[in-house]
Amino acid sequence: MARVVAVPSRAAVSLSNHTVLRRAFWFLAPAITPVLVVAGWEFAARSGGVSAFMLPPISAVMVRLGADVASGDFFLNAALTLYRTFLGFAIAAAVGVTLGVLMARSRLANWFLDPIVSIGLPMPKIAFLPVFILWFGLFDASKITIIAVSAVFPVVTATLAGVQGVERELIWSAQSLGAGRKEIAWEIMVPAALPQIITGLQVALPTALIVEIVAEMMMGGYGLGAAMLEASRQLDSPDVFAGIIEIMAIGYGVVAAAGWLRRRLLIWHQEDARSTAA
Amino acid sequence: MQQKQPNAMWPFDSQSSAGVRALVRPLVRYSPLLVIAVTWETVACLSLLPANVLPSLTAVLASWLRLVGSGEIVTNGLDSLYRVGLGLLLAVVVGAGAGLFMATSRLVNVFIGPLVRLFYPMPKSALIPVMVLWLGFGDASKVVLIFLGCLLPVAISAFNGARGADHTLIWSASSFGASRLQVMRDVVFPCALPELLSGIRIALATSFVLLVSSELIAARRGLGYMIGMLGDGGVYDAMFATVLTVALLGFIADRGYLLLMGRMLRWRAS
Repeated sequence: MARVVAVPSRAAVSLSNHTVLRRAFWFLAPAITPVLVVAGWEFAARSGGVSAFMLPPISAVMVRLGADVASGDFFLNAALTLYRTFLGFAIAAAVGVTLGVLMARSRLANWFLDPIVSIGLPMPKIAFLPVFILWFGLFDASKITIIAVSAVFPVVTATLAGVQGVERELIWSAQSLGAGRKEIAWEIMVPAALPQIITGLQVALPTALIVEIVAEMMMGGYGLGAAMLEASRQLDSPDVFAGIIEIMAIGYGVVAAAGWLRRRLLIWHQEDARSTAA
Repeated sequence: MQQKQPNAMWPFDSQSSAGVRALVRPLVRYSPLLVIAVTWETVACLSLLPANVLPSLTAVLASWLRLVGSGEIVTNGLDSLYRVGLGLLLAVVVGAGAGLFMATSRLVNVFIGPLVRLFYPMPKSALIPVMVLWLGFGDASKVVLIFLGCLLPVAISAFNGARGADHTLIWSASSFGASRLQVMRDVVFPCALPELLSGIRIALATSFVLLVSSELIAARRGLGYMIGMLGDGGVYDAMFATVLTVALLGFIADRGYLLLMGRMLRWRAS
C-alpha cells in the first residue's frame, strides 16, 4: 500500500490529501490483482521460464482471439454453443416448472416423481452422455437432451418448494372468487413462486453451459468447446487459451444477463425488491 | 407424504414394528423406481427396442457382477474416488480459508474478490483441455480441475456465511481480549458453518460432474474412461452398468454428506 504523501504546508490540506489518496487506493485496488495476473502471465511466458507451449504470452493469445473475432469463427462457434445451451435450457425450464407444479398439486405425480427427483438431483447426469450419443447420434439432439436432463432437476425442486410455500390465503381468496384448479396453478401459484423458480433457473443455466461445453468436447463439430478441444489435439496452445477466454466471456455474459432479467421480471415483487435493496 | 397415512391403514401397528416400518417406508417411497425397472425389463425382453440400444436390466446387472468380480470396476472406481476426494478436500480447505479471510479483511477482499467474481461464472469444463496440456492424462489433471472447479463455490459460501456473522458477537469477543485468529475460529467460523456446508454440498455435485467429464474426454483410468471405452467397444450392457454405478456413487456421496451435515449442525437445533 503506497501511502507516501508529499508533506503539504497546512494540516487541513494534508488531511484531505490523505483521504483522497485513501479513496483512490480503495477505488483502484480491485483492479490491482487482475492487472498483476495479466502482467505476471505475460512476464512468465516471455521470460522463458515456462515454455510457450505450456503458457503462450497473453499478447499472443489476444492476437489469436482478435483473429477469431475478425474471421467470424468466434461468432459462428459462440452462436452454435449458445443456441444448443438455450434450447436445452428452455426445454428444462418448461418441463421443470410443469413437473414442479404437478408434484405440488397431484399426489400421484408426487409419488412417482419424488424418488426420481431426489435421486436425479445429486446424480452426475453427465455420465449418461454416452447413452444419449448411442440413442440420438453425434449431433445436436444428444447434446440438447443431455443439457435438458442436466438442467431440469434444480428447476423441478425450486418450483416445488416455491409452490408449496405460497400463502394459503392467496389460494383461498382465488378459490372464493371462483378460480378453477388450472387458473390457481398458473395464475396464482406460479407468479407467487416466481422468485424461487427464477433462482432454480439461475442454478440451471450455468449447468447447461458446462454440460454443453463437455458435450461439444466429447463429440466435436462446431462450437466453442469443440474448437478448443480440436486446438488442444493439434497442440495449438494459443488457440486453447483463446478458447478459455471466449468461454469465460460467454459464461460471464450469460450469468450477468440472467441477473439483469431477474431484476426486471421481479420488479413488482416486494420480497425480492426488499432482498436486493438490503 | 403418503407415509403419513392414518394408523388404521397401516398393517404393522404395534410398537414393536418400528423396525419393520423403517424398512417398509423407503420401499413405498422408492416403489416408482421398481415400476421403471420393470418397464425397462419388459421393453427389453419383448425386444421393443434392439439390445444394442437398450440392453435388458438383467443383462446389465449380470455384467455389473462380472465387472465387480474381475475387479475392473473396483480399481477404476477407486481411482475416480481418489481424484474426486483429493480435489474436493483441497478446494474445501483453501476455499473456506479464502472465503473467511475475504469476509473479515477488507484488504483481502479487495485483492481476491475481483478474481473470484471474474472466474465464478466461467464454465469450469472449459479448463479440461488446458489441464491435459499442463498435467497430462493422469490423476493430477483431474485433481486440479476439481480443485479449481469447487474452489469458488466453497469460497463464496464461506464468504457469505461469515459476512452474516453477528457483529455484536465479534465485538464482544474481541473486547474480552480474543485475538483475531480466536475470533475467526470461535465466532466467525461457527456462524459461517451452515452456509459453508451447503456450499460444499454444491461443490460435491460439481466435483462429480467435472470428474466424469474429464475422464470421458481425456483419461486412461477411472469410471468415466470405462464408460467411454465400453461405449466405443459396443459393450453396451457393461456401459450401462458403469453409468448406473457412477450415478449411484454421486447419489450416495450426497446422502452421506447430508447425514454428516446434519450431525455437524446438530448444535444449532437446540
